[in-house]
Amino acid sequence: MQNAPLGTAPLNDAAFLRRESAPSLPPPVAIGGVLGWLRTNLFSGWVSGPLALLFIALLAWTLPGLIRFFIIDAVWSANDGTACRVPGTGACWAFVERKLDFFRYGSYPEFEHWRVDLTLIIGAVLAARLLWPQGKKSTLGLLAFALGVPLFFFIMLPGPQAAMRAPLVELPVLFAGVGLALALEYSRLRTAWVAALFFVVYPVAAVLMLKGWAFIGLSKVDTDLWGGLFLSLLVATVGIVFSLPAGVMLALGRRSRLPAVRFASILFIEFVRGVPFITVLFMANTMLPLFVPDNWTPDRLLRPVIGFSLFAAAYMAEEIRGGLQAISKGQTEGAQALGLSYWQMMRLIILPQALTLVIPGIVNIFISLFKDTTLVAIVGIFDFLRTIDAARIDPVWSGPTISATVYTFAAAFYFIFCFGMSRYSMMMEHRLSAGRRH
Amino acid sequence: MKAIAAVLLTAVALGAAVTGAQAQSGSKTLEQVKQKGFLTCGTNTGLAGFGLPDDKGNWTGLDVDFCRGVAAAIFGDGTKVKFIPLSAKDRFTALQSGEIDVLARNGTWTQSREAELGLLWAGVNYYDGQGFMVRKKLNVSSALELSGASICVQQGTTTELNMADFFRTKSMKYEAVAFQNIDEAVKAYDSGRCDAYTTDASGLYSSRLKLVNPDEHMVLPEIISKEPLGPAVRQGDDQWFNIVRWTHYAMINAEELGITKANVDEQVKTANPEIKRFLGVEGDFGKGLGLPKEWAFRIIKAVGNYGEAFNRNVGDGSPLKIKRGLNALWSQGGIQYAPSVR
Amino acid sequence: MSDANARQQPSVSLLYNPRVRGFLYQAVLVAIVGFLAYEAVVNASTNMRARGIPTDFSFWDRVASFDINQTLIEYSAASTYGRAFFVGLLNTLLVAAVGVVLATFLGFFVGVARLSHNYVVQKLATIYVEVMRNTPLLLQLLFIYNAVLTPLPNPRNSISLGAGVFINNRGLVLPDPQFAPGAIWVLVAAIAGLLLAVAFRFYAHRDQEKTGRSYPVVWIGIGLVLGLPALVYLALGEPVTFAAPVLRGFNFQGGVRVLPEFVALVLGLVLYTAAFIAEIVRAGIRSVSHGQTEAAMALGLSRQQTLKLVVTPQAMRVIIPPLTNQYLALTKNSSLAVFIGYPDLVQVFAGTVLNQTGAAVQVIAITMSVYLVISLVTAAIMNSYNRRKALVER
Repeated sequence: MQNAPLGTAPLNDAAFLRRESAPSLPPPVAIGGVLGWLRTNLFSGWVSGPLALLFIALLAWTLPGLIRFFIIDAVWSANDGTACRVPGTGACWAFVERKLDFFRYGSYPEFEHWRVDLTLIIGAVLAARLLWPQGKKSTLGLLAFALGVPLFFFIMLPGPQAAMRAPLVELPVLFAGVGLALALEYSRLRTAWVAALFFVVYPVAAVLMLKGWAFIGLSKVDTDLWGGLFLSLLVATVGIVFSLPAGVMLALGRRSRLPAVRFASILFIEFVRGVPFITVLFMANTMLPLFVPDNWTPDRLLRPVIGFSLFAAAYMAEEIRGGLQAISKGQTEGAQALGLSYWQMMRLIILPQALTLVIPGIVNIFISLFKDTTLVAIVGIFDFLRTIDAARIDPVWSGPTISATVYTFAAAFYFIFCFGMSRYSMMMEHRLSAGRRH
Repeated sequence: MKAIAAVLLTAVALGAAVTGAQAQSGSKTLEQVKQKGFLTCGTNTGLAGFGLPDDKGNWTGLDVDFCRGVAAAIFGDGTKVKFIPLSAKDRFTALQSGEIDVLARNGTWTQSREAELGLLWAGVNYYDGQGFMVRKKLNVSSALELSGASICVQQGTTTELNMADFFRTKSMKYEAVAFQNIDEAVKAYDSGRCDAYTTDASGLYSSRLKLVNPDEHMVLPEIISKEPLGPAVRQGDDQWFNIVRWTHYAMINAEELGITKANVDEQVKTANPEIKRFLGVEGDFGKGLGLPKEWAFRIIKAVGNYGEAFNRNVGDGSPLKIKRGLNALWSQGGIQYAPSVR
Repeated sequence: MSDANARQQPSVSLLYNPRVRGFLYQAVLVAIVGFLAYEAVVNASTNMRARGIPTDFSFWDRVASFDINQTLIEYSAASTYGRAFFVGLLNTLLVAAVGVVLATFLGFFVGVARLSHNYVVQKLATIYVEVMRNTPLLLQLLFIYNAVLTPLPNPRNSISLGAGVFINNRGLVLPDPQFAPGAIWVLVAAIAGLLLAVAFRFYAHRDQEKTGRSYPVVWIGIGLVLGLPALVYLALGEPVTFAAPVLRGFNFQGGVRVLPEFVALVLGLVLYTAAFIAEIVRAGIRSVSHGQTEAAMALGLSRQQTLKLVVTPQAMRVIIPPLTNQYLALTKNSSLAVFIGYPDLVQVFAGTVLNQTGAAVQVIAITMSVYLVISLVTAAIMNSYNRRKALVER
């Protein structure tokens, strides 16, 4: 009986009693100290242990090479590609430096660059004011954000010409930005007004500013000269500015009780989400001119922008619908009990809550839209990535390391921009959930 | 969602079925151009010698000069042109849709493009043919040795079709690597993705300038196709077609008559009746075109004669250094020939 | 009485009746949309007629006379445009299928690694996910194609990986399998192995529910699927041999060649999508409350069993719907092939065919419909799976 395994004894047999104490187990593995940390973090299992070692080996193998390629052996200044073509040299940063103006402004006339900068800085400040959460530290944060974007634009990416121009033209532009940021902050303008500025006044002003208007003394710059980073930002901004209101309407339409409205919204949303963005661009580019009367042919830049906006609206609608669904029915019923009309209810009760809720989602959509702007190159628009890809072919600089250099540069830019936005989105998410955690 | 596809296809079918659509009314292009104040010209996205913008957006090239000539004939000012860079894919739709007034984008004149796409070629400003470029170190001396090669090509061009025909008739195998724009095709060839690169011979010379080491590459002697390149317009506007066609003829006639950009002001005082007619000193040959009588004078004043434009952009005066060959005047062994202004 | 009633329900203008209003709104919407659609159709047909753009589908049966460098079905320059469409479509489906499978594996692996207690593994997984998610897919594709694949050596200096496998800037060259007469039996054995494995899984499942015994289903399954054909292969005296490719002329002759464009596209799509799948997997696993794991451990289940029997089934419910979206996104993103010259549907059909025929409206409509149908079918399959796995509530 004594030697029988534990579980086999009949339950009603209480004759078994342990006579001696069980042998003591070995102490648990130390988790403190260097060894303990190494044990839990590096060699904790049969799979992850060797995996970690493999990764470390891989890093040790590639990292020195990468550092050599991108920093030590890199060519930092040169007038043409000869220095970069020497075998064994690394990244050709001199090329990036030379082409920076092209990457940023495309073929936009050099002496008009300040117009682009001013437009961007105003947009950045307005967007910052809208996106930055209100609170105690908001002035400081706002300033940091509003200046961070343009500073990143000017100082992180100094072109040879920009350095010369900077004190004369760029400083006033920078001051204008700071001034606007402070004015917005201290005038305590209501968010609704800032939103109106951003969504209504700014687009018109930006187009006038960039395209030129003889009446205010700005020379005309055709859209086929626009290009580079500013064009990418512009397309993405237009997409957002258009897609938010359109997305709200579509989302409301999809939840409408009216079958025709609902059907039309669903049809549009599912159609656009079901096809690749490239085909939407093709459609906007080749079919749009056919659908309008003969003498209306839209501008070559306008067409992909329209396609992009419609594409953005469909995705935005789904995000906003998520927000609308998260608002409890009690809110609707309460509003109705107060006798508010449908639009009053939406404007005053539902949308403010739903939109606040989906700010992180909207930012995430913006990130993916910004990445998608690269595809407009397919219809001949010189966005940031396209300018980089086009410059790569310049025979003066052509060499074995050029591709890796410019693509790394572009990747670094996109990463900093998108990663920054995603951190912001996470912060907002955290704040929002903190607000609802009672 | 199934409904969406159905609706879409129905819409297309409807669009195709709706009849009674009225044809585009007569000659509007000239009025539209005058109203806009500038000519809209579709050009290559970047082909040295034919249409190439620099970083600042200044255009140069044979096709570019042609458009400047048309603008000069209309406005007396060769700078009143807006150049729209078009990929091979977009070019015809851009012309069809009325987005551009004239397409001078080294487009090949073919039967189907006129009969099916509703275009008209106004003339041939460059007689070309398709060739191949290879690396010298491959030791290939003829296109007939290209069996089994990978060949880079720009998609959607006659080049792609000619190549298929060539290899099919010679029953040789090959791999076509098609790219949507010419830069990508050249880059792919340069980086070794392909053994050969094919396009019009003129394009080969200008693409070669874009390679890292132009001297390591050679153009094979075989020309496998006829590629008459020239400016095209929409069908249905005969007056506009005439303006574009006669701009080309004016440039050729000027070369034949010895009128150049430099001496055109002198030539006005000449006694030669042919030159007098041509420059509008005698008679008014512009009226029928809807242009002032000094239309040809304006063209030559702005861009010079055909020989000058050729030399400046693709000939000895350019990095391309292409021989006149077929593009010499008929009187000098070529086939460039123009009816007279009379 | 009737008077009082009338006072309580004052007659309102018909305009304020919500049903009438709703009807009006819809009528207006239908009128606007209808008008726009009508205008578009009329304009399109006028414009197309005026510009001589073909409006029918007669191009479908005409000879394409261009070549495509990757064809899964018989195709030559003498084939029709319709045939070219199917070549492009199959190439798209091939990329999508390979991409989806690989991205799922990599995504699950990285997703689990993100939750690892191991510092190095977890941090590297995080870096991978953040870099991939925050740079455009097009940039990654161009990078892989132009900066990684094209600098590879030319065919004459190919890197040999042994066993007749070579890598060069024309792609990956694999030995070509040669089938002797008995080869068909190996295939039969493989199918039989698969069927047996499925049958065994059913049996094991039922037996486990009855008696609680568990079987090493995965290992036995692998054994059946791989072992059975291997046995037949050996028994029949190796009916399948591999012909190594030979370098002749410009490139390797014989062998199976995988285009660098294909490799770049699959690699780009997989690396990009896997980062998103990893995040979905991580969120899915974390959605299972820790109490479940603790309870499972307390019941004496091993870590493996906990993962397999408790955590995964619950996590899958959260994972499946967004995973579907990622599969669709991958399929749609495969259209980026056009940027690196891989002959997919968009490159071949909406590119070359559109350009050679000029039939823009028809070609784009067909292309869009294809993607819509693919989206539909995928969504339908995944929805049915989802329904099967959904939580059955009281």
